[in-house]
Amino acid sequence: MCLQVEQVRLLDRFSNKSTNGTLYLTATHLIFVESSSNNLTSILHHHIASVEKLSLTTTGCPLVIQCRNFRVVHFVVQRERDCHDIYSSLLRLLRPVSYEELYAFSYNPKQNDQQREEGWQLIDLGAEFERMGVPCDQWQLTDVNRDYKVCETYPRDLYVPITASKPIIVGSSKFRSKGRFPVLTYFYQEKKAAVCRCSQPLSGFSARCLEDESMLQAISKANHNSRFVYVMDTRPKLNALANRAAGKGYENEDNYSNIRFQFVGIENIHVMRTSLQKLLEVIGTRSLSMGDYLEGLESSGWLRHIKAIVDAAIFLAKAVTVEGASVLVHCSDGWDRTAQVCSLGALLMDPYYRTIKGFMVLIEKDWISFGHKFADRCDQLDGDPKEVSPIFTQFLECVWQLSEQFPQAFEFSEWFLLQIHEHVHSCQYGNFLGNNQRQREELQLRERTHSLWAYLLSEKQNYLNPFYSPAYCEAHPVLEPSTLPYHFKFWRNMYHQFDRSMHPRQSILKTILTLRENSHKAESTLQALENVSEHLNLLFHTFGLFPKEGQYVQGQDDEDEQDEVGEEAVESTDMERTVEGSSGTESRKQSYGELEGTYNNELAKEEPAVVSLEFGVARMTC
Amino acid sequence: MCIMRQGHKEELMEFSEHIKTANVEDVVLHQPLHPPSRGTLCITGHHLLFSDREENSTRQILLLLRNIDAIEKSVENLLGYSSLFSKADYSKRISGSSGTITVKCKDLRVLQLDIPGMEQCLNIAHSIETLSCLNDVSEMYPFFYRPSDLSSQDQWGLSSSEKYYSEHKELHKRWRLSSVNRDYSVCPSYPPAVIVPKDIDDDTLKKVAKFRQSGRFPVLCYYHRKNGMVIMRGGQPLTGANRKRCREDELLLQAVIDSSDKGYIIDTRSSQQVQQARMTGGGFESKSSYSCWKRLHRQMEKGKALQESLIKLVEACGDESQNMDRWLSKLENSKWLSHVQTALSTAGLLAECVERDGHSVLVHGSEGTDCTLLVSTLAQLIMDPCCRTLEGFLALLEREWVQAGHPFQLRCAHSAYSHVRLQQESPVFLLLLDCVWQLWRQFPLALGFSEALLLRLATEAYFSNYGTFLCNNDQERCALGVKEKTYCLFHSLLKPTEKEHYTNPLYEPTDLAIWPSVHPQSLQLWRGFFLRWTPQTRHLEEAQEEIRNMVIEWGKVALS
Repeated sequence: MCLQVEQVRLLDRFSNKSTNGTLYLTATHLIFVESSSNNLTSILHHHIASVEKLSLTTTGCPLVIQCRNFRVVHFVVQRERDCHDIYSSLLRLLRPVSYEELYAFSYNPKQNDQQREEGWQLIDLGAEFERMGVPCDQWQLTDVNRDYKVCETYPRDLYVPITASKPIIVGSSKFRSKGRFPVLTYFYQEKKAAVCRCSQPLSGFSARCLEDESMLQAISKANHNSRFVYVMDTRPKLNALANRAAGKGYENEDNYSNIRFQFVGIENIHVMRTSLQKLLEVIGTRSLSMGDYLEGLESSGWLRHIKAIVDAAIFLAKAVTVEGASVLVHCSDGWDRTAQVCSLGALLMDPYYRTIKGFMVLIEKDWISFGHKFADRCDQLDGDPKEVSPIFTQFLECVWQLSEQFPQAFEFSEWFLLQIHEHVHSCQYGNFLGNNQRQREELQLRERTHSLWAYLLSEKQNYLNPFYSPAYCEAHPVLEPSTLPYHFKFWRNMYHQFDRSMHPRQSILKTILTLRENSHKAESTLQALENVSEHLNLLFHTFGLFPKEGQYVQGQDDEDEQDEVGEEAVESTDMERTVEGSSGTESRKQSYGELEGTYNNELAKEEPAVVSLEFGVARMTC
Repeated sequence: MCIMRQGHKEELMEFSEHIKTANVEDVVLHQPLHPPSRGTLCITGHHLLFSDREENSTRQILLLLRNIDAIEKSVENLLGYSSLFSKADYSKRISGSSGTITVKCKDLRVLQLDIPGMEQCLNIAHSIETLSCLNDVSEMYPFFYRPSDLSSQDQWGLSSSEKYYSEHKELHKRWRLSSVNRDYSVCPSYPPAVIVPKDIDDDTLKKVAKFRQSGRFPVLCYYHRKNGMVIMRGGQPLTGANRKRCREDELLLQAVIDSSDKGYIIDTRSSQQVQQARMTGGGFESKSSYSCWKRLHRQMEKGKALQESLIKLVEACGDESQNMDRWLSKLENSKWLSHVQTALSTAGLLAECVERDGHSVLVHGSEGTDCTLLVSTLAQLIMDPCCRTLEGFLALLEREWVQAGHPFQLRCAHSAYSHVRLQQESPVFLLLLDCVWQLWRQFPLALGFSEALLLRLATEAYFSNYGTFLCNNDQERCALGVKEKTYCLFHSLLKPTEKEHYTNPLYEPTDLAIWPSVHPQSLQLWRGFFLRWTPQTRHLEEAQEEIRNMVIEWGKVALS
């Protein structure tokens, strides 16, 4: 199973630099070990989106690997034969056909069954609805989908208006795409206003459904604050019109009493996929000029799409919090744009979702349980490439854009978002496997895999935003972001997370966290009346940290003297994720050992023990 | 307020000619980040003063008239149009006419004043227009400003060539301090003392000065302690179409390097541009005459093109439309970020020549008073840890911009809003500050000063209470007695009360060079400046204040 190829060169994506080393292919990872430093670059097979073998050159055979976490590696293998072996093995490995082949089923973080079970119990959606104040006098839990009979892509537990009887529910579900009838997803207790979600009605050009109309009527009646319900169709009007020809469509305001219908204009999954491809193409260009960059950013349309989603979420939040109206959100199937808008809207309205735990709950609720098709969208199994789309990535980016506008409003930093993104694609934990809850139950994920949330909570301190202020959140429970275009920025730390040369070499965030850690330590040290000088020594070490890291500058002088001075100053070819000054290689991390694990392994994507074990195995089998 | 001497009183009398209405009651002020407020507007020779009349608020806003870049006025004399207005408007009409003045400031703030009475409005507008662009430097506010906490006995300035020379003993072997320019006759835009190669005597310097644009013969501006290499700067050689040579100029450059070594010349113009420059008497150092020097060309925009870039960017930032594509294309179209990128990468190139390749470098463009200074300043920040402290940075600015003769008076006469026909305006200094901000963003621990300092400098260069950025060069400042009659901004920034605000709480000195990344993805719009008056920027400022407080608090814990 294991392949080992010596004398492979790893080229830096944006400069002329390269490093030599050995490439290992194991059952789960592709590992590159630099011969000069033993630095390790390891890529999980599931992260690989595509492998491309370029035509043979004088120096060897180039192999370009693109990853779903936006890492791009460019190897040059000396012998064409070796290159072909790696290429064909990778092709086989990166197209798993059954879920059982995914890493989550073999990943073992050395936990017993009880710990595993506790991990899965961390997030409880029943408790979440209770927190919102549901069930209440207007909303109740229905058991209509207990056995996934009415809608197989919905969760078992659903909340509907008290007045929505079973026949109404069943009738309505038959009139909606994939049976996804209107259900409650967020309840704004202060105004008793509800956010509901569903799929498009099967209205065609003229079809009506009395049960569906009663359903909307019931939602409207459940809210005494407003005489009407907003119906937000998150699609562009043209798309919705086109759907009518296929017997689908949108609500006719004449048939539904008390609704206010509104198109929002978020593009579909295909447009989003193409847009991201364009963006990645632009930013992957070497020696990109500022003009081409900005022009590419514009023509990719990416930020325009991000803004459209945020705009829709703001509309939703305003309708609920200011007007006190209930809102029904849908798109076509109600699992992409609808998930984006509902979750982002709730994040704007409810400070709880801006905490670490709350954000997990939000994802669990609006994305996982309501059946965002993670398997299809993230290409977990070898499937239809037309189903793949960066919908969830967009959601994370919208959250990041908001956190940039409100630095004090979020308990977590962007590293939390990046880590979630990493694991949505890693298939290392069970949470995001499959397309819906029913499928997950069939796969017995709770018994056979581990929960990402437990892992993330266990290292919560690494994801804290030092500027988070609960007092600020109390004073500003509802966020009112500006939607002016210049508040939307390119998320470099996401799309260039492995391109070290792009990032600031020093990070304010990291420094603040380290300082805080040390001051906490200082406090306890003082309390324990321990030796003060020893403590100051520790602090001194911390302060010495960045100059030490900066030594790359000198290290480089002797290794490559460029013949041409004109190149701009770019450093190290280090391939670890290097968001904002977070350090690079393993060896550097080890040299921080004196900090006693405060910040050393915060972004280690796999437990180092596992990697090195596999590495050991790899060597033995080779 | 301030103690005025007799002479100043007379000058104030002169200003009074321009002030027909000095006070207006019941003015409504609209300003960013604040609700509108009603109060009294006052205009004096140098200031616009607004005092809030709302209950339990005694807010005052004091605006230096020099800060005002442009005004727009609209008056409504409704008497003739009564039929067009409803009854509600009728009462307004009979109360008389009114006017609105929109005040656009050089710090990019836009204020609006609703003034009752058309005549008063026009008077105020006229006063602002006249007083905000007085040309006589000696009438400007720094000559009237008398802060209580600074003594005029204080030494003026922080640094000079003399001081730099005496601080760098390593220089003394091969370099000397020349006072050939003591009466500004050799080069009007140089300070009296300059550092030149020891082997070159003053007579030779005079001849070299004649061969260089504006007499700006090559002088040393930086000594790299790690390897003894230097940065020199000057004006272009006046080779002209006939490829004229100057033996003394060649000797001077030869004296900079060992005979075996070579040096680099970084020309901030493209090779095409320098060929064209020959036709107008300028030129470049040809390979045949300067065999040990290798020329590198980097085209940098300056002058009008840079000013227009700023105008376009500020216009884009003021566009309230919701269209993302429009914003991105306007941002691209302004080219401002391209200029930032070019400046940083040229500075990186210069630093690379000196620090990595170990060669001395001569930088020049045509005049050597704009991009030349920009590049040499940035390169010094990249290489030299001494320039990265608050004091060190201010001293660097004083040497490389104030004393080296960047014509602040001409370049910063107007900013992005002005309707006045552009002459010599160009935001080169602002571009420098933007580049320094990009450095600070990429190395938030390596620079000893804060973003607040950069913001402060970005406005002080355009309007100020202090004399530091007055005039175009040392000679002019000397003639007007700036050092005797005004106060020094740099000293004021270093006062204990001010200093804390301008230092970086996270500062950790490092001896290493800080190489910026110049990928377009690594550079950002300087929101703190260009979007300064938005609530989002306010949030960021609050977060930065939070950092300061946290670090101070933890510092206390650590020290106790």
